Amino acid sequence: MADYRPGTPEQAAFLAELVDRRLLLQTSVPGLYGRGEGFEEVFQRVSELVTRAGAAESPEQMRFPPLLPRHDLETVGYLKSFPHLAGSIFAFDGSEQDAGEQYERACQHEDWSEFQSMTELVLTPAACYPVYPQIASRGKLAPGGVTVDAGAGYVFRHEPSGDPARMQMFHQREIVRIGEPDTVLAWRNLWRERAISLLRDIGLDAQFAVASDPFFGRAGRMLAASQREQELKFEVVVPIAGPEPTAVASFNYHQDHFTAAYRIEFDGGAVAHTACLGFGVERITLALFRAHGLDRQTWPEEVRSRLWAA
Amino acid sequence: MNTEIRKLIADHARLAVDVSTLADDASLYEAGMTSHATVNLMLALEASFDVEFPDSMLKRSVFESVTAIAGALGELQQA
Repeated sequence: MADYRPGTPEQAAFLAELVDRRLLLQTSVPGLYGRGEGFEEVFQRVSELVTRAGAAESPEQMRFPPLLPRHDLETVGYLKSFPHLAGSIFAFDGSEQDAGEQYERACQHEDWSEFQSMTELVLTPAACYPVYPQIASRGKLAPGGVTVDAGAGYVFRHEPSGDPARMQMFHQREIVRIGEPDTVLAWRNLWRERAISLLRDIGLDAQFAVASDPFFGRAGRMLAASQREQELKFEVVVPIAGPEPTAVASFNYHQDHFTAAYRIEFDGGAVAHTACLGFGVERITLALFRAHGLDRQTWPEEVRSRLWAA
Repeated sequence: MNTEIRKLIADHARLAVDVSTLADDASLYEAGMTSHATVNLMLALEASFDVEFPDSMLKRSVFESVTAIAGALGELQQA
């Protein structure tokens, strides 16, 4: 089991306030929250803000459930890089007698895992993952490639924490670019600038940072160092509840990681690359409550007019 | 040492070209070695030469070429 990471005193205090005001609805498991009315309203506005920012590119719209075929997780090598964060779906597999035993143990809150078998499903760990097999299934890419708006999809990371900004299930407001390497890189850099303006315009102290993914183990340290050296991942960080600012958006240049796995290429065989950007919708919402106060009616007019623009 | 390094590169680096066509100081990255392949090569080098790369050596430049790898291994074997 993943170890529980307690929040700092500042994080614990912020979480207590959010729960007290019914902005976050606490459950019995750390990092698993419902969204109360005030939180949900801001959450939707943040998601729409990103939609408006990307509308000029006329991205193709796709929406997916928060589950991924297990085969796809295996294809992209997720279990090599992030075995500690993945969640797989298991379901009952047994006789009537087994079902009875499972029920008895469950009633006592004891371990009933021996009656469960792996299914063909895993929890989606990143909102861009369902997009690549869809594009691959269409055959060769046309010149210019494709831009996909994958909406605000639920993703899962198994990392129970007392920091309200580190949820086990949260939304990534995700846009994916698949195309020629130069096109993809330029798109990612354009969005990095756009995202900083977008977040500063709603009163957040957004800063740019070169980042790496939380790869697992020693091999992971090598991958993370390599990712940083090549500047493959950028983040925008904002203060939420200290000590460090929190990443609220990431801009990831995958090079040929996904296109090689799914054999996505242009007509004529030219190599395609991919990049994606993900806005952490819950985190941006939390940052807004942190920066402007828990009562959204008293937020600065300029912030409100940008969020409630349409 | 370079012969053994070249064999491990051939087995693990998944280059776009035959490693025997590359000079000792040629960039393995330019020859198509990906980040994930670099990790596999790193683990194979550790097993084969019975060393462990410290965190300070877990970076791209250490695995850039046959010469760079030989230099790093020489440093570790002296330590």
